[in-house]
Amino acid sequence: MELSGDDIFTQFLKDEGVEYIFGYPGGAVLHIYDALFRQDAVKHILVRHEQGATHAADGYARSTGKPGVVLVTSGPGATNAVTGIATAYLDSIPLVVITGQVTSAFIGSDAFQEVDSVGITRPCVKHNFLVKDVKDLAVTLKKAFYVATTGRPGPVVVDIPKDITDPNIKIPYEYPASIELRSYKPVVEVQAPQIETAVDALLSAKRPMIYSGGGSVLSNASNELRTFTRQLGYPITQTLMGLGAYPDPDPLNVGMLGMHGTYEANMAMHDCDVLFAVGARFDDRVTGDLEQFCPNAKVIHIDIDPASISKNVHVDIPIIGDVKQVLVELSNAITASKREPDAKALKSWWKQIKEWSSKDCLRYDRNSALIKPQFVLEKLYEVTGGDAFVTSDVGQHQMFTAQFYKFDEPRRWINSGGLGTMGFGLPAAIGTQLGNPDATVACVTGEASIQMCIQELATAFQYSTPIKVINLNNRYMGMVRQWQEFFYESRYSQSYVEALPDFVKLAEAYGHVGMQIEKPEDVEGALKEAFAMKDRLVFMDFITDQKENVYPMIAAGKGHHEMHERELA
Amino acid sequence: MQHIISLLMENESGALSRVAGLFSARGYNIESLTVAPTEDETLSRMTIVTSGSNEIIEQINKQLDKLIDVVKLIDITANGEHIERELMLIKVQADTSEKREEVKRQADIFKGRILDVTDTTYIIELTGEGSKLDGFIKAMDTKDILETVRSGATGITRGETCLKL
Repeated sequence: MELSGDDIFTQFLKDEGVEYIFGYPGGAVLHIYDALFRQDAVKHILVRHEQGATHAADGYARSTGKPGVVLVTSGPGATNAVTGIATAYLDSIPLVVITGQVTSAFIGSDAFQEVDSVGITRPCVKHNFLVKDVKDLAVTLKKAFYVATTGRPGPVVVDIPKDITDPNIKIPYEYPASIELRSYKPVVEVQAPQIETAVDALLSAKRPMIYSGGGSVLSNASNELRTFTRQLGYPITQTLMGLGAYPDPDPLNVGMLGMHGTYEANMAMHDCDVLFAVGARFDDRVTGDLEQFCPNAKVIHIDIDPASISKNVHVDIPIIGDVKQVLVELSNAITASKREPDAKALKSWWKQIKEWSSKDCLRYDRNSALIKPQFVLEKLYEVTGGDAFVTSDVGQHQMFTAQFYKFDEPRRWINSGGLGTMGFGLPAAIGTQLGNPDATVACVTGEASIQMCIQELATAFQYSTPIKVINLNNRYMGMVRQWQEFFYESRYSQSYVEALPDFVKLAEAYGHVGMQIEKPEDVEGALKEAFAMKDRLVFMDFITDQKENVYPMIAAGKGHHEMHERELA
Repeated sequence: MQHIISLLMENESGALSRVAGLFSARGYNIESLTVAPTEDETLSRMTIVTSGSNEIIEQINKQLDKLIDVVKLIDITANGEHIERELMLIKVQADTSEKREEVKRQADIFKGRILDVTDTTYIIELTGEGSKLDGFIKAMDTKDILETVRSGATGITRGETCLKL
């Protein structure tokens, strides 16, 4: 088949099984847009800002497990996409981002809408490519999908100069069904001796702790993690990125750990003698002070990325490999060993954990005349039957969602954990809804975050994505305000969000349904009403308590046993 | 401590900036970096001299290995016996007969070669380990040194261990 570069592009996406491409047209990609116009296999979702395109593709990828695909033009198109690319990079999300580039002959001449996209994105991609010859186009795209989706996933940028997609130059095209790179071998054999050593350490533990992260979700290892954890009966804590891989609620699940983790999870981390880290990367928001992190624990760490091992915390027993495969091998090895966990030690360990749990560290004032954000999330959980995909922006509302929405399946909790990108939630919800057309999708946000990508309400209208936006409106950048209260003697410098729009009218202006909820007693009814509107986006503006804080909290640089707790009258 | 890391990478444009970018982005030390094509035209060989604690060196090795363009890597220092060489060209003032004699004598002691002679200057070529080149510079009178240029270290393991595909 003889095709020109623009048709090779669309034909390749079709052959690769790409369902959606999130993008925004511009000069350097007009040949490609013309080719998109000529076909209907790949559906293009027109966003209103390139950052929205990357987040929407990201939400699609996180919720479906398939790579998200983005198409933007050169220059500002590419730079606008950078925040979304970095967001995906920090959370290891597979994206293929195609950036248009000025015509090859103009590269380096400061041409109109020219930036060095490969240079700008280099530090925040898994890899990137500049296509220099149309003959390389299909193979380069294949490499991009291969690199993005294998090993530790991540975003890959392909920069395509305009002349590469010239409709007048035709070359033979054949879909490269598979590809090999001599410099990139993502499949690793698990080392059997490491499995043996790990099993021995696990079964010798007196105070074991399982610490599971985003890798368990990315590896689709949820079932294996459940089997493994239940086989041992050990307590499990999950990171912000890992929520849902192991179900919540569950008797073995002690909740999230880290800065806003539960008291029992953090105390158990501090006191454990064997830490089993699975697909987690010892992020500073999880570890707190590294000097005081799990001071008495032997650390076992499973990760597909060797560079994650002993990066922040010394690992005693590293196991490099795919989480899913390693967990299966560990479960089998435990069975084969015919050994049992130390029942007596485990019993007293659980007794200790139950004591910590009895503190009820997530308690809050349920008699408040103001709407408490925690209450909205509890009701959201009830009204959706715990069955929704929930995206969030970044801040207090994100932490409240992690604490109060009990995720019992992986890929349901979609948030920017690593980069902490405000503006992520709404476009991510659009991508999530497109990838899961029959599912219930909620976007929990705040009045500050939502305004960073609010233009995507138009995209949501155009593609009829019936998202429910839960806007926890406390008229403050809540997390900034909380830190200013704790660490800057309540000097609320620039954290008050003044001149807020009327969100109800704004939602209506975009063609959606708007609601404002001011009283606790109206919360449940409003949620029920909104979620009953199956085919409409409903923007719910909850006027919440301005001074609510997220507890428990470990201040940055403190140890797991040094938590701030809520004091209730 | 100081480590010499050698790597083979795909001879693609931008490969060098991936390595340089990694060092600056992660705050690693980079003392010298040399890169040149190999007998296989699809591959470049890079030699990096860096320093840090054992943990940092381990991370540097892992992070370099993780770069998609890096085909193979060896930490020459950690691998034991190896040969290290660096080239230096140094231009010195040699405008009196005493200076000319002194420079000539030092060059002989350090097994250097005089490549260029004018009425007032000598250019000397020296190869060796970095410490030897440092030693020659020390042996010269600072005010007589007009210019130095050093290639940065390259290295190769002794014996059968090889960095090749």
